[in-house]
Order: sequence, then C-alpha cells, then structure tokens
Amino acid sequence: MVDRSKVRVVVAKPGLDGHDRGAKVVARALKEAGYEVIYTGIRQTPEQIVETVVQEDASVLGISILSGAHMVLIPKILRLLEEKGLKPGEDVAVFAGGIIPPDDAEELKKMGVFEVFGPGTPLKAIIEAVDKAVENLKRFGA
Amino acid sequence: MAEELDGLIDLALKGDKKAIARLITLVENDEEKAKEVIQRVYPLTGKAYVVGVTGPPGSGKSTLLDKLIKLARDEGHRVGVIAVDPTSPFTGGALLGDRLRMQRHSTDPGVFIRSMATRGALGGLAKATNDAIKVLDASGYDLIFVETVGVGQIEVDIVKTADTVVLVTVPGLGDEVQAIKAGLMEVADIFAINKADREGVEMVYLELKMALEFERDKWKELGWEPPIVETTAFTLRGVRPLWEAIKRHMEYMESSGRLRERRTFRAREEVKTIIASSVAKRVEERLAEGEAKELIDEVVERKLDPYSASRIVMEKLKEDLWR
Repeated sequence: MVDRSKVRVVVAKPGLDGHDRGAKVVARALKEAGYEVIYTGIRQTPEQIVETVVQEDASVLGISILSGAHMVLIPKILRLLEEKGLKPGEDVAVFAGGIIPPDDAEELKKMGVFEVFGPGTPLKAIIEAVDKAVENLKRFGA
Repeated sequence: MAEELDGLIDLALKGDKKAIARLITLVENDEEKAKEVIQRVYPLTGKAYVVGVTGPPGSGKSTLLDKLIKLARDEGHRVGVIAVDPTSPFTGGALLGDRLRMQRHSTDPGVFIRSMATRGALGGLAKATNDAIKVLDASGYDLIFVETVGVGQIEVDIVKTADTVVLVTVPGLGDEVQAIKAGLMEVADIFAINKADREGVEMVYLELKMALEFERDKWKELGWEPPIVETTAFTLRGVRPLWEAIKRHMEYMESSGRLRERRTFRAREEVKTIIASSVAKRVEERLAEGEAKELIDEVVERKLDPYSASRIVMEKLKEDLWR
C-alpha cells in the first residue's frame, strides 16, 4: 500500500454554501488515517481550488458541496485541472461529497470523479475508497 | 530520471508553479532526489530574503501573514510562503490549515503558497523547509515568508532559516511572556502583539519592554533593538507599521553586515546537519552488522565497556565514511 503520510489531499468547499461540517469531518478522518490534508476553507472559486491542488502538489481532491451548484462547479474544476495538465483519475483522484442526487452523481462519475459520498457514508468507506483511488494514480506506479 | 529532473528544473525556473510544486515534493520525500535538486538549483539561490513568523498556537500568525503578503505584493515583491503545521506523532497524518487564511492570494501569479507538515521534526519547522526555500528562491520569489508551527519555548529552528524573525504573541496568555523569555525571546528581531484590541495588551507590552531592557547593552552593541508593534490583523490596525519594521530590519541587516553573519551561521548549521545525519546513518549500518552485534553482546556481558566498544566501531567507521 502507498505510504499515506506522503500523499497530499486537498479538501475544498467551492461556491457559496457555508456548511463545512462535513468537509471538516472528512478532512479530520483522512488525517487520522495518516494522510496529509490541506483544508481550503469555505467559499472557494474553482480557480482557487485548482491553484491549491497545483501549489500543494496534491494527489487527491475532495470537493464538498451542499448548495445545489455541483453540476456547474465540479465540471468546471475538472476542466481547469485538465487545463493544468492534471488528468482526473490519472494525475489527481477527485471525489465529491454533500447533497448530490444519484443521477447527477452518475454524471459526475462519467466525467472523472471516482466517487460521490452522500450523507451517512461511514468514514471507513471514504478512507478505503481514497486508498484505492490513490493506488490507481500514475505517480504511485499504476 | 536525470532528464526528467532537468525538465522540471527548467520549467520551475521559468515560473511554472506545477514544476515548482513537484520539486518541493521531491526535496520533501526523497533524500537522494533532494541532493540532486539542491545541487542543481543552489547556484541560483541567495537572492531571496527570508522572513520567519513564529509564536504560540492561535496567535494569528497566518492571518497576519495574509495581510503582510498584500503589502509586499503592493510593493512589487514576488512572494513565496511556506506554512508549517504539525504531523500527528500517532498517525503520521496532518491537517494543514494555515493556508485557508491566505487563500485570496492563491490565484495571484506572484504568490506561491505551500503547506508543509513537520513529519517528526521538533524545532518548529520541517526537515525540508530549508530546501523548499531554495527551490522558491531559485524560481524567482524574492521575499519568502516562513510560518512555523505554533511554538512554546524552545522551538527556535527558525533562526537557522530566516533573515528576520517576527515573534507574534497575544494578550491573555498569562505567564506567556515568562515562557517566551526562556528561549524564543532571544531569536526575535521584531515583536508583534496581535489581537491588540483585547484586554491586557499594555501588560504584555510592558513585560516585553522590561525583558528587553535587561539586554540593553546587547542592543546598543548590535545597533538594533527589537521593536514591539501592536497589531490587530483582522482590522489591519498596526499591520503597516509591522511591515515597515520588517523593512527597517532588512535594511539594518544588509547595512550592518549582520546578514552575512547570520547566513554564515546558517550555512555552517546546514553543513553540520548534513554531516551529522550521514554519519548517523553509517553508524546505524555498522551497528546492524554481525561483528558489531558481538561487540554489543560483550558489553551486555560486562566483558567490554561501552566506551571501548564504541572506539572499536569508530575505527571501522573511518573506512565507511569515505566509501
């Protein structure tokens, strides 16, 4: 397994909702699991989030969103990542969480998000999914 | 790999942030790569001025830094930031939250912010902090702020890193000043009493002033007495005076020759650290060998004393060191 303490994860909250409990719990859980987690705080633009991933050289990006704007903001983040030469699923593993209807979740997964975690997801499931996604990245030898 | 590294370095020198970020990861994760990276970029470094910001947890270092970045940018500096937070000694994980206070600068092309975890280092910085500074320096960031973890009394590694050290404290920490006096006080070039809208700011000011008074002769001789600036980062009060104090200290360091002195001390410390860690590695290797195990057994059985045993091992080490 990949040494988690050398894997950097950005947890970000795009858009205008200030509900950051979920993002903070997930950030904390990943830290407890041994990951190096960078939390951006609330009300981030897609540009700020992508710049953070670039400057922090993160391998994982978790996006928390409860405002309903996920079908606008997440595709934009994915596009900006690609423009920086960071291909979702190959260079950076992207997951989402929050209030996202199943149909939209399916769409997002087709676009390159590896998983969408809704309310009530056990933290263990998130950590395991992140572990697996990390192993599939190019830089870790996949 | 060598070609890949050359490519990365070329891109970093052109200001490509992805390449700069990758190089910092290399110096952080891999000793051998760190050596290669630093050997190549070192001739291009030495142009940046490094300002350290240290102080107790929650004193507002990151928020203050956010405001200082703005003023430095207004004056045309290209600003690099390395913000260090602690790694959990239990899980190896870390939650790096300094950056979130400075996020408005993340899309500024003239600012590069990197969060760094201590990964077991105890002096308030990470082992790779100095190397990361060199990468930023070579990449054209001429002013580099280094924020330490929240420190108590003895985490003073920042003096081995920064040209100017700003110590941020706050009112209401009780005997905090007493604690600072024990070690941190000596490393500060400038004091900021942040959250100065709170009660008790006069007390902190007086205590610091009195503590400084004790060393009056030293300041006279140096030609620099650490100023004490009251700041309220949130409302910006005192932030500009703090920035002016930093600039005055930069000028003083250059004109007095102290900058050269401090950088000489730092270079010496750096060389010493590298020697010490490679010697320690060789010692571990030697002690892991069968012959050494027998020696250790003899020490356990009182056939040999530990000093004589180490003497024997050291004789062998001489060969190892030149391997």
